[in-house]
Amino acid sequence: MSEQMQISFILNGERKQVLVPMRLHIIDFLREKYELSSPRVGCEHGVCGACTIRVDGELARGCLMLAVQADGKTIETLEHLTQTGEIKDLQEKFVERNALQCGYCTSGMLITAADLLKQGKPASREAIRDHLSGNYCRCTGYEAIVDSIEAVMKKRVESGKRAAR
Amino acid sequence: MKAAPFLYVKPKSIDEAVALKERHGASARYLAGGQSLMPVLNFRLDRPDLLIDINGLSELRGVSNSGSGVKIGALTRHAEVAKSEIVKSQLALLSECIPHIAHPAIRSGGTFGGSVALADPAAEWPACCLALDARIVLRSSKGERRVEAKDYFLGLYDTARTENELLIRVEFPAVAAGTKAVALELARRRGDFAIAGVLAQAKKTGVRLENVRVVFFGISDRPVRLSAVEQGIAEGQPMETIHQAIDAGINPDDDIYQSGATKTHLAKVLLGRAVEQLRQ
Amino acid sequence: MNVQSKPGKGGYIGQSMPRPNAVRLVEGRAQYVDDVMLPRMLHVAYLRSPHAHAKILAIRTDAAKKAPGVVLVATGKDFANIEKFAGVLAHFKGMKSAQQSVIAIDRACWQGEPVAAVVAESRHLAEDALELIEVDYQPLPVMVDIERGLDADASVIHAELKDNLCFSRDVDAGDFDAVAARADHIVEQTFRFPRHTGVCLEGRSVLGNWISADKRLTVYISHQAPNMVQDCFAKLLGLPESAVRVICVDVGGSFGIKTHVYGDELATCALSMMLGRPVKFVADRLESFVSDIHSRDHLVKGKIAVTKEGKLLAVSFEDRLAVGPYSVYPRGSAVEGNQICNITAQWYTLEAYRARMQTVFTNMAPYSNYRAVGHPVAVGIAEGLVDAAARKIGMDPIEIRRNNLIPDHAFPFQSVSGMKFEVMSHHRCLDELVKAMNYEALRKEQVELRKKGRYRGIGIASMIEITNPSAMFYGIGGVRVSAQDGCTARMEPSGSIVILHGCGEQGQGTETIFAQIAADAIGVPLETVRLVTGDTEVTPYGGGTWASRGAGVGGEATWQAARALRHNILELAALITQTDIGKLTIVNGSVVDSASGEEKITLAECGRIAYFRPDTLDSYRPELCVTRHFVPKQFPFCFTNGVIACHLEVDVNTGFIELQKFWAVEDCGTVLNPQLVDEQMRGGIVHGIGPTLFEHCIYNENGQLQNGNMADYLVPMPCEIPDMVVCHVSTPTKETEIGAKGAGEAGTAGTPAAIMNALNDALLPFNTVLTDMPFTPEKVLKGLGKV
Ligand SMILES: Cc1cc2nc3c(=O)[nH]c(=O)nc-3n(C[C@H](O)[C@H](O)[C@H](O)COP(=O)(O)OP(=O)(O)OC[C@H]3O[C@@H](n4cnc5c(N)ncnc54)[C@H](O)[C@@H]3O)c2cc1C
Ligand code: FES
Ligand code: FES
Repeated sequence: MSEQMQISFILNGERKQVLVPMRLHIIDFLREKYELSSPRVGCEHGVCGACTIRVDGELARGCLMLAVQADGKTIETLEHLTQTGEIKDLQEKFVERNALQCGYCTSGMLITAADLLKQGKPASREAIRDHLSGNYCRCTGYEAIVDSIEAVMKKRVESGKRAAR
Repeated sequence: MKAAPFLYVKPKSIDEAVALKERHGASARYLAGGQSLMPVLNFRLDRPDLLIDINGLSELRGVSNSGSGVKIGALTRHAEVAKSEIVKSQLALLSECIPHIAHPAIRSGGTFGGSVALADPAAEWPACCLALDARIVLRSSKGERRVEAKDYFLGLYDTARTENELLIRVEFPAVAAGTKAVALELARRRGDFAIAGVLAQAKKTGVRLENVRVVFFGISDRPVRLSAVEQGIAEGQPMETIHQAIDAGINPDDDIYQSGATKTHLAKVLLGRAVEQLRQ
Repeated sequence: MNVQSKPGKGGYIGQSMPRPNAVRLVEGRAQYVDDVMLPRMLHVAYLRSPHAHAKILAIRTDAAKKAPGVVLVATGKDFANIEKFAGVLAHFKGMKSAQQSVIAIDRACWQGEPVAAVVAESRHLAEDALELIEVDYQPLPVMVDIERGLDADASVIHAELKDNLCFSRDVDAGDFDAVAARADHIVEQTFRFPRHTGVCLEGRSVLGNWISADKRLTVYISHQAPNMVQDCFAKLLGLPESAVRVICVDVGGSFGIKTHVYGDELATCALSMMLGRPVKFVADRLESFVSDIHSRDHLVKGKIAVTKEGKLLAVSFEDRLAVGPYSVYPRGSAVEGNQICNITAQWYTLEAYRARMQTVFTNMAPYSNYRAVGHPVAVGIAEGLVDAAARKIGMDPIEIRRNNLIPDHAFPFQSVSGMKFEVMSHHRCLDELVKAMNYEALRKEQVELRKKGRYRGIGIASMIEITNPSAMFYGIGGVRVSAQDGCTARMEPSGSIVILHGCGEQGQGTETIFAQIAADAIGVPLETVRLVTGDTEVTPYGGGTWASRGAGVGGEATWQAARALRHNILELAALITQTDIGKLTIVNGSVVDSASGEEKITLAECGRIAYFRPDTLDSYRPELCVTRHFVPKQFPFCFTNGVIACHLEVDVNTGFIELQKFWAVEDCGTVLNPQLVDEQMRGGIVHGIGPTLFEHCIYNENGQLQNGNMADYLVPMPCEIPDMVVCHVSTPTKETEIGAKGAGEAGTAGTPAAIMNALNDALLPFNTVLTDMPFTPEKVLKGLGKV
């Protein structure tokens, strides 16, 4: 086995202390060690976005990050976003609008979309596509994904306005 | 497609990082954002024995003013450059580049210093360094040294940075107030590396353009500044004359999708558009 | 409420029901093969030939065997007991292929062919050990030149075949020369359709689990046709069919890539048998590019004969296409070319048709059926030629199509090539399209923008698509791929319904439409219907999902099974309630009086009695589990039709093409679930955009793939794709009760032609015509004479 290193980090809200092989990227690590299946690999060279996860609240390409680099960080995967209900509306919209077919890109799409929604501002369809520009989907043709994000964004902005009033 | 084995360390100081690198030399790599290094490790195209993760060196992160200029720490993320008020107000050219650089998840990981250290000929930041007379600050156990951008980019992924030197920051001299900046590029898909790009900057006085700066990227083994082109624009020479200067100054190689001739043509078109925008 | 004697009247059929099985996927709870972890599981990685063609002189594996974590190293010879294979269809006259072994033995025939396997505790360790294997290769001449592949002096890949011809076909219908002699113009055009590949986001994956105590192999595989895998793997591994169980849970995209037998997948199962442990193989992205099947790769010279009044008289073409070194097992590498001979331009009322097609072996990656097999090329040739003819005589593209498409009232119709069409709606579709896109307004805008130096183009492509294939597709050629589908419908004691089906899900929504059909056919709420697919152990035998057959064939099997179950439920209810069966129907999960709607008995009560108190039913034995099978027989294929329009703008200074919008009108017969059909169209259109503008497997003369990674092989990403409007016209097929035709491939079939025609429409003022896909900026600039 290659060399290992002790790390401590927060995974989906739980503190973990664990010995990690140094050469492992974080997706292989999360999948193998914690049996988290939502982070997926599609290319392992940074192009497809299937591996997108949240690191300290920011988007990250999991295939381009070593597991040891999680040390001291907060890692969130789709399992966690599901659990906290942060994107319940978006997940429901994805199903209703059929914004996924095979579902393999969906974890990455949802996490990337959540990042845009978090900004709390309305965005044009073009800006939505821009935010997703590094996420590949072979099945849907993207339109239903953009539709879903657009609809949820509108709804959130409106209910935000209502709450402010 | 799994990386070959390597060791990993995360030094706490610049001195420690540099000392480690000097001890291990060519068999070690600095790891910054990993957005370029990790793919080649996964491909097993590169197989260092040791990765020196410099992400613990927080002093290398951030944009700040220095004297009349601006300095950007090597570990500043592309996304942080995008958000920086200093950059927006004082280095407009960099702000113009942001939409062309990769995608959100890569912009939040990739670093300014990583891009300048790697010196991809199609990358935006190296071209900005050349266009804005930046100085690249390099650190070794012997101390710091500054290299002018014009002397820094030497060829394909080849720079004046020696194997073990750590790029710690880039210093930009002040840009004259009222300077207009344009960054145009052509990529087959949004966020891909450019097949041709041009950065142009000038001050408009009346109908004239002064202090013209033009840098082409994606068309050679490094970013290219052509003073004959800049002069031609400043003097209001006809485009044909300026095109001749481009033909004389660049000679792009063919790649899998386009010939050198196409790249030259695209560079000319982009330049025409850039000049038009500067004149507006 | 949802009483259904015929589908499509006020029930679930025809409604955009969301997919219940999508919820799991959005919550990150999918189960692709790579998510399956079994105790004592091992991982295999394959060493692949770096040469396109080379003799293997020696393989040294000693160092690899000693590497950490390595359990087994195997080379081709270790698999010698596995039967060799090739996909040769007996009804394709003269078709031939060399036999392929799971792992290359003496010779590698393409860059990427597996030559050795390492099984280890992890994929990482397996890859480490691969680097320690030494292979002595002696490079052999490489054949990749499609134009010279059949020349007398071309190097022949398999000496025993004598030449590189896999399959050729000539069609000569009507007298082309005589008919063409009557034309005012004969317009010629050459076309190039690039080689491309599937790039499913989930790589091919398989997990073989041999349990020697049971003498049974369980195969978890990312695949479209579980029963085909069962049949082929059993045969090749020398096992009885009953010893092989194939499970396909979630499949991360397939598009035809996953309808084949791949040597590495079979070898993975063989390794599990050698080791008595589960062995997993997941193709990584780099090996996917050189080992997934490739497709298209055609060079076509076409001709069309037209009168000055715009009557199309005849079409002829010669098509050369480059496949891999072997005909892929079991479906072969020749269906693409064969389809093109069958269908090109057959939606027009032509008097003569001549086609010559030659499928040529090369030392490039294996090649076979990919979404819309042959269609993008058939439609590309035809619609490219029709537009060329229209340009020649100065006629509007809509008008020339109106003049020549088979009239809607002319069906059933036999085309000049002999295709039998039951019913189609070309003209209604075209009318819908013109309305939906506001054709006249776009033409006006085009004129205005041209004055400002902006060049927009509108491209139209009419088309047909082969769906719901009968046994005339494979079975007749001796290929053991089922054309029929089986469905079991079962009522459980609670009155809920379980549907077990041989046709599975890769995200198209197959399970959802089956549930909609079953709910309507029986008369129960949709949520009480549960689907079970993708497990050969429990589902009735079926063909799987390919050739747009799921809805039409699988859906009809569902309808038949569910109707039979309904009948049995009613029979039981009639007995219990002592009512005449003719007076009963099922509504919303209850048996009611058909006249008054009064509830007689719930299905739950029927279930209780049938399962727990059958003693009260005298001699009657309820049969609440029925199986029905369906296969189309009246027509060899059920043709659908449609029309696609593309609107784009060309930057004539940079050669960049910006897609503005697409409109598609398609007729898939009964629209079972409009939203699902729309999304099949949209996804399909994007599969057409890819190879027309971006995707291309670029090989050099040494047979090396130049762009086998996702940074260099350009798949369309979100910003490259415009919005797409989808409309429906519905002319159901009468061959089935549900009347559904297929809808999965039409978008892919028509889009390349629509883009090509739009591009050439935009470039009209420059007097240049581009037909060499993909249309890169450089090709556009060259066409414009700018570089
Ligand atoms: C899909 C994709 C699209 C992209 N598109 C673009 C684009 O359009 N434009 C663009 O410019 N870039 C693009 N990139 C590259 C991205 O910007 C990288 O982040 C950048 O090139 C390298 O920065 P990094 O911090 O990730 O460096 P790393 O990957 O960590 O390192 C790159 C190299 O530089 C060395 N290095 C890094 N930092 C230092 C330092 N401080 N001192 C000395 N050596 C150092 C490393 O040892 C390594 O050899 C893209 C990347 C991907 C994956
Ligand atoms: S797997 Fe990380 S970007 Fe594709
Ligand atoms: S739904 Fe299949 S890749 Fe996006």
